[in-house]
Amino acid sequence: MKKIGKMGAVLALTLSMVMLGACGNNGGGNTAAKETSNAAAEASGNGGTKTEAKDITLGFSQVGAESGWRSANTKSIQDSAKEAGITLKFSDAQQKQENQIKALRSFIQQKVDVIAFSPVVESGWDTVLKEAKDAGIPVVLTDRAVDSKDTSLYVTFLGSDFVEEGRKAGQWLTEQYKDAAEDVKIVELQGTTGSAPANDRMSGFAEVIAANPHLKIIASQSGDFTRAKGKEVMQAFLKANKDIDVLYAHNDDMALGAIQAIEAAGLKPGEDIRIISVDAVKDGMQAASEGKINFIVECNPLLGPQLMQVVQDVVDGKQVEARIVTEESTFTSEQAKEALPNRQY
Amino acid sequence: MGRLVKHHLFWPLCVLAALLLFNLCYSPDFFTITMHDGHLYGSLIDILNFGSPLILVAIGMTLVVATKGIDLSVGSIVAISGAVACLSISKGPDQNSLALILISVLLAVGLSLILGLWNGLLVSVAGIQPIIATLILMVAGRGIAQLVTGGQIITVTSAKYAYIGSGSLATLPFSIFVVILVLLIALLTRRTALGLFIESVGCNPTASLMAGVRAKWVILAVYIFCGLCAGIAGLLLSSNVSSADGNNAGLWYELDAILAVVIGGTSLNGGRYYLTGTVIGALIIQTLTTTIYMIGVPPEITLVVKAFVVLAVCLIQSDAFRAAFAARWKTRHYPAEKEITRHVS
Repeated sequence: MKKIGKMGAVLALTLSMVMLGACGNNGGGNTAAKETSNAAAEASGNGGTKTEAKDITLGFSQVGAESGWRSANTKSIQDSAKEAGITLKFSDAQQKQENQIKALRSFIQQKVDVIAFSPVVESGWDTVLKEAKDAGIPVVLTDRAVDSKDTSLYVTFLGSDFVEEGRKAGQWLTEQYKDAAEDVKIVELQGTTGSAPANDRMSGFAEVIAANPHLKIIASQSGDFTRAKGKEVMQAFLKANKDIDVLYAHNDDMALGAIQAIEAAGLKPGEDIRIISVDAVKDGMQAASEGKINFIVECNPLLGPQLMQVVQDVVDGKQVEARIVTEESTFTSEQAKEALPNRQY
Repeated sequence: MGRLVKHHLFWPLCVLAALLLFNLCYSPDFFTITMHDGHLYGSLIDILNFGSPLILVAIGMTLVVATKGIDLSVGSIVAISGAVACLSISKGPDQNSLALILISVLLAVGLSLILGLWNGLLVSVAGIQPIIATLILMVAGRGIAQLVTGGQIITVTSAKYAYIGSGSLATLPFSIFVVILVLLIALLTRRTALGLFIESVGCNPTASLMAGVRAKWVILAVYIFCGLCAGIAGLLLSSNVSSADGNNAGLWYELDAILAVVIGGTSLNGGRYYLTGTVIGALIIQTLTTTIYMIGVPPEITLVVKAFVVLAVCLIQSDAFRAAFAARWKTRHYPAEKEITRHVS
């Protein structure tokens, strides 16, 4: 017992020393735990050809690395910062708000020119945003919004409009079935219950197809944005409902799982059951080019170039719009076939 | 009759039958099974096919629980095994070559054995509480799986690999045969002294050590077996959708598996285990999931419905609850009736 106590004391000492050392390395700034790519980004930023007279530093706090979409998003921001000659201080919040708040505070201390971040959650940002405002640092939101009442706390929100994505999917469907005399039976695979993309893609879609009373959603279940769940739920849909005409999936992965279920049932995806999906990741585009997905609404993670433009404008003192929607397109099967070779993610 | 009711499988079977009966009333063609390109097709087959990974994990968990342990890391092992197999196949020159598939499968199974060994060593040799020891791998394992997949979803296009999880042998899904094989191996413990050793270690490790049972070896063995089961389950899951998802594959599987074990009648206090009960428990969970999809419970309240059914199942199985209920029933009083009798007399 005594031995363990001694060992514990030694361990605690070592730990505290390590931590002190780490703090020292950061030059007194108590930065967030993960700022691994800082040095690399800075080095490349300084080394690159600088076209701007003024050196801009951007502090960016990312949600985490939870999906392929998110990694593409991170890469786009890092690459375009390098290209634009902007020094990027990148911090990964690992899906935790407290990490993100810490990162924002450290950005304020380091007196960066602009702060950009994708909020992990919607609420609880007022205090730290106020601190940034008091320090005179403009804040740009990317990808996800905050529910703060005071819109003066941030300059702009740059990101996809999930409701619009749902609307685009609905518009294509109403266009396809505008002469329908019979009921069109639609099944819907929702994203994670309660998440903003799932809610918004559902409401946007429902809003548009309400115009045509023949378009009926006969079943709607959550597939958690995953392939396995998408397949499982679609299997059940196929058993419970006869003659499904259309499948609307909130992301490509669920659609891909559902395609396997449809094929197992001896039906042809894209023909017997028409499939609409959102995201346009590589696997989804592949399926679309094979005619298995009829229509994909793009949800673009590559908002790096647009973000750098906004940052430049903010620093130059130009007026920036309060809401900037990322440039997104839609793909039918034929368009997917053409676009596939050039897809980056 | 009394003996029938006392049998440990009586109540789990009743619940399963009730669930199936409900489905029969709700959608009459629930039980219809048709032939489809040489394999059987129907809801019951789906339940068996989608339920097989859970059954496998639960079988491994049963033996661990029998030694008064618990393995929280099974979900992560599921993810790692799928990720490793898919990565190795996707790197191969010809994805359909049998040798590559075999090597990948062996690699994944070998790795899950090592992970099981790691858990076993922590519990038996290092003497860490099982819940903490396996919690380490539960958290770290997700990270390992994401490291293996690079945060992306790995898609494979190998028909041979897809056969493991979605192919069919003699008109039945191949996965069912895998489950039967593993179940038979597990049931061997009942035919040999090992079953008795496991139960005795679960009752009292010190006493069994005094009686000449190598408690450490027994504990090590059950954790390795549990890791093996989880690894095979990971192969089934990933091959079912022909892709590996480090983030979501096998998420919360440990909880479902523990639930299946408990529904099957095995006590978390160790010392007794019922493998057939576990299989029925897992089938109950899968049937419930399919039922929820079939009857179209809104996704917002799915978990509440599940919770109520599980609560009901647990209450029905509790001897104390049944006894209290029966006592109330037998000693029930009818005040109104008495009053009438009094008037007459």
